Amino acid sequence: MSEQDIAIDVRNAVKRFGAVTALAGVSLTIRDNEFFTLLGPSGCGKTTLLRLIAGFEEITEGEILLYGEDIGTLPPNRRPINTVFQHYALFPHMTVAENVAFGMRRLGWSKADIEDQTGRILDLVKLGDLAARRPAQLSGGQQQRVALARAMAPRPKVLLLDEPLSALDLKLRQAMRIELKQIQEETGITFVFVTHDQEEALTMSDRIAVMSAGEIRQVGTPHEIYEAPNDRFVADFIGETNVLDVTVQRGPDGAWHSRLPNGAVFPCEAAGTPPQDGAAAHVLIRPERLSLVPEAESNSGLTGVVDQIVYLGTDIQYGVRLDEGPDVLVRAQNVGSDTTSFRNGDRVGLAIAPGGARLLVD
Amino acid sequence: MAGELASTRAVSRTFAPVRTPLLIPTWVIIGFFLVAPVLMMLAYSFLTKEFRGGVIWEFSLAAYDQFIFDRGLFGDEPPQIEWTYIVIFVRSIIQAAVATLLCLIIGFPTAYFIATRSPATRSMWLFLVTVPYWVNLLIRTVSMKFLIRDNGPLNEALMGLGVIGEPIALINTDFAVQLGLFYSYLPFMVLPIYASVERYDFALSEAAADLYANRWTILYKVILPIVWPGIVAGCILVFVPSLGAFLAPDLLGGAKNFLIGSLIEEQFKGNAGNWPFGAAASMILLSLVLIALFIYARRQARRSAQAA
Ligand SMILES: Nc1ncnc2c1ncn2[C@@H]1O[C@H](COP(=O)(O)OP(=O)(O)OP(=O)(O)O)[C@@H](O)[C@H]1O
Ligand SMILES: [Mg+2]
Repeated sequence: MSEQDIAIDVRNAVKRFGAVTALAGVSLTIRDNEFFTLLGPSGCGKTTLLRLIAGFEEITEGEILLYGEDIGTLPPNRRPINTVFQHYALFPHMTVAENVAFGMRRLGWSKADIEDQTGRILDLVKLGDLAARRPAQLSGGQQQRVALARAMAPRPKVLLLDEPLSALDLKLRQAMRIELKQIQEETGITFVFVTHDQEEALTMSDRIAVMSAGEIRQVGTPHEIYEAPNDRFVADFIGETNVLDVTVQRGPDGAWHSRLPNGAVFPCEAAGTPPQDGAAAHVLIRPERLSLVPEAESNSGLTGVVDQIVYLGTDIQYGVRLDEGPDVLVRAQNVGSDTTSFRNGDRVGLAIAPGGARLLVD
Repeated sequence: MAGELASTRAVSRTFAPVRTPLLIPTWVIIGFFLVAPVLMMLAYSFLTKEFRGGVIWEFSLAAYDQFIFDRGLFGDEPPQIEWTYIVIFVRSIIQAAVATLLCLIIGFPTAYFIATRSPATRSMWLFLVTVPYWVNLLIRTVSMKFLIRDNGPLNEALMGLGVIGEPIALINTDFAVQLGLFYSYLPFMVLPIYASVERYDFALSEAAADLYANRWTILYKVILPIVWPGIVAGCILVFVPSLGAFLAPDLLGGAKNFLIGSLIEEQFKGNAGNWPFGAAASMILLSLVLIALFIYARRQARRSAQAA
């Protein structure tokens, strides 16, 4: 990739606060025009990484490049990068229009250009009629839009968003997800989006970096992250997953198989370096890749007893206590009353959808 | 939602009930110690003076007449404007304004510094600011006089360092008075500004920096407008007592350049002994201050009405 294709290149970034290591050597490339998401549990260093890119914190080690140029030593006001803050940080003494114009004024845009752009951006976030209000006279969702408009107005090369939707209620959050994604596509600005909500990350992102304890565990498209997690942490963090202890076994056709303690064998996928034959390993299976079948029809050799049925509306989730092994979750689409033909205490077998089992060696 | 933003919203009056009986002590104290003395002064200013202090209960406008008009030594010449007292007032206003400015220049950075320390050390800094106030104002002013006199420690030190060859004449100058007032009232500037900077959300400074503002622009466009009420409060709290102060002008300025405070003090204590005139001067001073505050409040109200 050429320099123009890489918006942000983080090389081995380390950030320490005294004795606390918030980032322990992070390397990332964020592409031009990309909707890139940093996803991870609370305290994993997402905000710290964002603040390093914005320039609010000084990097301890490593470097950050913006379109090939080292910006590590530039103060925030000299970086063509803008931020949407988690609590918005709108200027309370200015109107919505003044808030939006703030960045453009500092950049010395002409009055006419500022007026033009303010109008255009406020229309884009659907706040055209509230331009004269003060932030205190707006709802949470409207404040969020002002924060977005204010950060986008000066046409930054990269927009950083730190959990911008976390203060909104569920309905508004879902609507804003779609809007944000549309706005990103329309404007072509590179978005770096921070969240600890995996659903948000999956629905909006072009690519996701999953972080934990100051490190990046995996970078990939939502599909890759969900379908082919690198390790157990990623698998656990993105959606629910069942983990079984197995022994690796090479099938007669050369494909990978897992052998359960009870001797049952089923085929599975393996990523990266294939584990050794006979090695102890884990197998990961998503709940929706499992289905309940009469005990005799199990294609996996997994059998057990239904001990929990949770109604989720669109889905029904069963908890199954395996005869040998842990409890597993099975999720079935709610297609009608006959799908609930399994009851608490029924003996069942589990069928694994093709490609649904994934082998991992820690 | 962002708590900072929510808290800037006006809280509905319904949720701030104050029960009248609880307010009785407040009303009594305000009535007894604030309203009554002012009414007494107002009454005295319209009475006839008794020689060697005191008043005769007889209505008279003589005190105000004396303030404004010069009718010659025996009061029989055609009236001319009396400039003496007007000059004293103008001089006092300038002195108080300079002292307020000094307090602001030193007080704002001090307050900002304290408000940006860690919460644990803030109270120590605040305590340090108020420590001089544990000593009586008179004693503090006298020690200031001692410090800055011609062969006092300040001049000796400067000469010892070779900065100056001769002692600088500080004592008995306007500057000494301004310095004394500044020293007397600095905490009145620091504390209200501290209170508003402490409530300031520093994420706003980050947001401004993110939007290409440099340090000065952040200060002028974001911090100052938001902490403005604290600055105004501090300026009022310093300016008003400076205007009527008499200790610093007397002790540090010599009796050379008379200020309002000394003028009024003279009427009640000194040989001049003219109570109605002292009361009239006080009422004029009070009216000027009230009118200024009223105009300011009106302008603020109009501005926020425009914004809404
Ligand atoms: N100024 C600071 N001083 C000391 N430690 C800090 C500071 N800022 C962050 N940390 C620590 O660095 C780590 C990462 O913090 P960070 O705010 O980046 O987490 P996060 O991933 O954004 O979490 P959240 O989802 O809760 O916002 C945490 O352990 C935090 O305690
Ligand atoms: Mg965070």
